[in-house]
Amino acid sequence: MLNRDEFKEIISKLVPEAEFPEGTQLPEVIVPVAKLVELVEKLKANPNTSFDYMINHTAVDFNTHFMTVYHFESTTHKHLLVVKAKIEDHENPETESLAALYPTCEFFEREVFDLFGIRYKNHPNLKRLFLEDDYGHPLRKDFRDEVNIIER
Amino acid sequence: MTEEIIKDVIIGESEDYIVNIGPQHPSTHGVLRFEVCLQGETVKYIIPHIGYIHRGIEKMCESLTYPQIIHLTDRMDYLSAHMNNEAVCLCVENALQVEVPERVKYIRTILDELNRLASHQLWWAAFGMDLGALTTFFYGLRDREMILDIFEESFGSRLLHSFNTPGGLMHDVHPNFQKKIKEFIKYFRKKLPEYDQLLTGNVIFKQRAVGIGPMSKETAIAYGVTGPSGRGSGWACDLRKHAPYSAYDKVQFTECLETEGDTYARYKVRMREMWESLSILEQLVDNIPEGDYTAKMKPIIKLPAGEFFQRVETARGELAVYIVSDGNKTPYRIRFRTPNFSNLFVINTIASNFKIADLVAISGSLDLVIPDIDR
Repeated sequence: MLNRDEFKEIISKLVPEAEFPEGTQLPEVIVPVAKLVELVEKLKANPNTSFDYMINHTAVDFNTHFMTVYHFESTTHKHLLVVKAKIEDHENPETESLAALYPTCEFFEREVFDLFGIRYKNHPNLKRLFLEDDYGHPLRKDFRDEVNIIER
Repeated sequence: MTEEIIKDVIIGESEDYIVNIGPQHPSTHGVLRFEVCLQGETVKYIIPHIGYIHRGIEKMCESLTYPQIIHLTDRMDYLSAHMNNEAVCLCVENALQVEVPERVKYIRTILDELNRLASHQLWWAAFGMDLGALTTFFYGLRDREMILDIFEESFGSRLLHSFNTPGGLMHDVHPNFQKKIKEFIKYFRKKLPEYDQLLTGNVIFKQRAVGIGPMSKETAIAYGVTGPSGRGSGWACDLRKHAPYSAYDKVQFTECLETEGDTYARYKVRMREMWESLSILEQLVDNIPEGDYTAKMKPIIKLPAGEFFQRVETARGELAVYIVSDGNKTPYRIRFRTPNFSNLFVINTIASNFKIADLVAISGSLDLVIPDIDR
């Protein structure tokens, strides 16, 4: 079980530009989208971290940018890590897929694609999961549906 | 790949059949559609289609306050409504750093276990019926009725009893609460061996279950299959043990693990969990401390700006709540990582190359609740 500082030491060697926000509930790291797959792949393979279980993947719309959030757990060491990647382009958001590393991520990513419209490169089957093809992306903050949602 | 197969089927060059099971089919336990490619009777691949009852709970929550959100979480996994409530409550309490009274912790744990028992009873009832044993349905529902009566007496509702609220409980439990639970434990300890006599050693049942749909531990972890389904593959993923919340650190129980990973192993895990739940109930029911049923909370709950994460073990696996708050009374973004969502998508891996009749057994053994997948 590693603590924040040990995570920081391991990750800053792999990705020097990673940021480590202080005062968060769980150990957290923010990396550029381009380095995401590389970092996760190495953290999964490293026997000291061995993040083999992806608990959760989602995204958050911050009006100017998107933040994709991944929660990882190691089933051997029982430690948790939150990995985040910032997507600057709010019009045509695009990021890398982790479906090859974590099969469960394929479906989390399809859900995020459905509800946020974030496109994943190298995704095996990027189709909408819940909604029709011509529906908007409801979890975006600028989504409006005048028929079905009553604004308060 | 799949599109090519479908094309071959349409122009008649292949001998495969594409069969839709659902959305209105009893063995899918809800509005779920399996697109199954069959070669004769053998399943080649399965594509689950979901979203028939997508209600946008995460979107709705963005315009609701935290006490209001509780009522929507019931509607996700309606068979573990209490655990869903508790996940949001614990997350809010952790964010506000509120210490809830001991009495609340004990009552919450008792309700968790009662709810888990009710859920496993219904699963057992429906699983037997999936495989053609109609009697299980009557046995399971008869015993579940006793738990629902306890719920009804204390909370006024049987299934969706939003009894938790951030900081504690809505109101105190009924004076008969402990007495009724003790009666139930005594009754169900006699009835549970009947379940075993009916199904567990039954030759017909075992032929339908043993060796069907094997899932390795690696597959379970890779697909995030938690709960009894994951523990049937030998993955120790019980959060009650590994990340205790409420009063789970005060009780003794064993984490039920099986290593075979087939349908029968998942069945055995749930049967053993019912015994464990009874033993947890026995340890707690006489020791509920006196005190308040809620901590002192402000009338309007505002979370500090930041991100909060909480995991609980529902009857079907790991439910994680992730709240992003900007300091308002409504969450900026709330995300529910529901257990059934991950549990469903493993089905293509474990049910391929089995017969179509086995697909019913495998999807039954995963214990899917569809509103939890669609949210």
